[in-house]
Amino acid sequence: MHWPYKDLLDVDVLSVEDAQRIFETADSFMEVNTRSVKKVPTLKGKSVVLFFAEASTRTKTSFDMAAKRLSADSFSLAKSSSSLTKGESLKDTGLTLQAMNPDAIVIRDSRSGAARFLAERLDCAVVNAGDGWHAHPTQALLDAYTLRKVWDGRFEGRTLLILGDITHSRVARSNVHLLTKLGVRVRLCGPRTLLPPRLDTWPVEVFHDLDEAVRGVDAVMCLRLQLERQQDGLLPDLREYSRTFGLGRRHLELMNPGARIMHPGPVNRGMEVSSELADMPESLILDQVTSGVAVRMAVLFLLITRKDQGGERVQS
Amino acid sequence: MSSPDFVIKNALWRGEAHDLCVADGKVLELRPASGEGYGDAPVVDASGLVLLPALIDVHTHLREPGFEWKEDIATGLSAAAHGGFGSVMCMANTDPVNDNAAVTERMLDRAREAFPGGGPRLFPVGALSVGLAGHELAPMGELAAAGCRAVSNDGMPVANSELFRHAVEYAADFGLTVIDHCEDPHMALGVGVNEGAISSRLGLKGQPTVAESLQVARDVLLAEYLGLPIHIAHVSCRESVELIARAKERGVRVTAETCPHYLLLTEDAVEGYDTAAKVNPPLRTMDHVQVMREALRTGVIDMLATDHAPHAAHEKEVPFTQAPNGISGLDTALCVTMGLVDEGVLSLDDLVRAWATAPAKAFGLPVCAFAPGDPADFTLYDPSASWVVSPQTMHSKGRNTPLLGRTMPGRTAFLYVNGKRVV
Repeated sequence: MHWPYKDLLDVDVLSVEDAQRIFETADSFMEVNTRSVKKVPTLKGKSVVLFFAEASTRTKTSFDMAAKRLSADSFSLAKSSSSLTKGESLKDTGLTLQAMNPDAIVIRDSRSGAARFLAERLDCAVVNAGDGWHAHPTQALLDAYTLRKVWDGRFEGRTLLILGDITHSRVARSNVHLLTKLGVRVRLCGPRTLLPPRLDTWPVEVFHDLDEAVRGVDAVMCLRLQLERQQDGLLPDLREYSRTFGLGRRHLELMNPGARIMHPGPVNRGMEVSSELADMPESLILDQVTSGVAVRMAVLFLLITRKDQGGERVQS
Repeated sequence: MSSPDFVIKNALWRGEAHDLCVADGKVLELRPASGEGYGDAPVVDASGLVLLPALIDVHTHLREPGFEWKEDIATGLSAAAHGGFGSVMCMANTDPVNDNAAVTERMLDRAREAFPGGGPRLFPVGALSVGLAGHELAPMGELAAAGCRAVSNDGMPVANSELFRHAVEYAADFGLTVIDHCEDPHMALGVGVNEGAISSRLGLKGQPTVAESLQVARDVLLAEYLGLPIHIAHVSCRESVELIARAKERGVRVTAETCPHYLLLTEDAVEGYDTAAKVNPPLRTMDHVQVMREALRTGVIDMLATDHAPHAAHEKEVPFTQAPNGISGLDTALCVTMGLVDEGVLSLDDLVRAWATAPAKAFGLPVCAFAPGDPADFTLYDPSASWVVSPQTMHSKGRNTPLLGRTMPGRTAFLYVNGKRVV
């Protein structure tokens, strides 16, 4: 069955079956990534543009590696070296890139909705690698994929806490969508200044006390605290934040046995999570990175081969 | 009765067919249609058309000088005329800013050039502060003498309450009313979307209603303390309405406007990051819409204004956070509000008050109440001429409206200003 979507902009349109299909496709690519020759000819002759208008280490490298391991040609374009710095609009930059006939454009942009904006105007596949505070679908997919492995594929009945700066987190938004859809009970915890309005419309439980929030959870996903939030007047100081909302050893005793620690990175060690917890065996932080390559291989594979599989053709 | 220059026959006035006799640019008489003739006077058959005073828009952005690609005075007044407006007050956030007589006079010259035979009346609004910077008062005496009827820092709200107080005091010496764009500039750093469920889901910094109502509270307290009038622009939320209602009960000299989009649309219009619905203050939720409707009906909100904010297509065709605020409103304002009359939300009398008599009273503008001697400024609205909003059917250069594709219930068939036919 062909993949039904032209783009991957958020996880909200994905059904549980769609997510499972991505996971199963990623399973086969995980195996490829353990071989001595980590490359398959699956996307030979295809091209992927990595258009990162915002700084990124792991996501960009992960997509680049995913494309290359599938034998696609990948091209990187940073905002600083693009005509955006000359005042070109995102629409015109996108149309210019499309005129070179790539098969997919992976975009990261600091403006919420930027990926959707581009996808509505381009015929090639657009993958959202993070847009403002809105969505980071491949991060949510790789997080769920990582949990699927440690939870033996069973999401139902599990409880996960997302901790920290929820307001400004595209990772949180996408994870809430996907994990609740898969059956996980999701909790959010952070100071009120870092929680978005109208959380009563989200399918989550909200806590402001970390000790209460971690009680009985199966995993905690710590979010990176952007240090400038203190200057924004959202926090008094970082020391107080780490003492009040930083995850430490004492919290382990409140969680369910075998509870896991996650973080989308980059980690401010000692701030969101203690160094000890970040490095302990229960930490999935590096597993998330490993899963990321396979999941992104799956996403690129499904989107780019969509037409070849006889899916609905997009007029070009 | 002396002989009329022309007669509008069989126009619907308060639901009954009436004849309107006009001479020397003024109303001679409005009387029930009788079928009798009027000598040799030319006759316009207005059977089936609704007679209204020409509308007054106290809050328009015409973009000239400086931003003529968005709109110029000629196209803006053309859109106004086709929208049924006989008078327009245009805001000062041009380039250069309208903070001196030269700019005011240039605007008035451009209006005369656009309609040499007489067109919609233009009343520029002067800047409240030099360059709209919020530091020094603009030369209001000079602005009043040049033709401004009000001053405003619209678009650049004045956070400095001391400066704003002095502006209200100083403006009063020249018969100018201060129009305030009520917004706490620190709290309102959002991006044209209401703070709420949708901003939360879309990952956008929203603008809370309290960012508006905090400044409304300041203004009603100042107006009360000073005993001077303040006009509050584009009210969008319940909290502001409650403050204004309580102030009016105490006899405070505060007037307020809202816009058709706050009566019609909710924050849902920004779904999909639709920049056409990005406006400041932002579109709110349905409970606020209901409050705005009721406040207009009961007169707590005195009048309607378009806040016509035209932008070029390429300026809105960018990611949501980057797009400028504003909805192009002159073409659709009357039709939208007539639609609310059709739905029974407003009466025709509410509409006449909101679009004509209340703004005229607040700003000392000419208005037609159809009494003998009134200026013959009137609109004939055809309720049977429905049309679809599209770039082709709009007269403004700005086609930035979330109403594109919607069917409007009727259309301006004629507009007369000073007894001269403009449309």
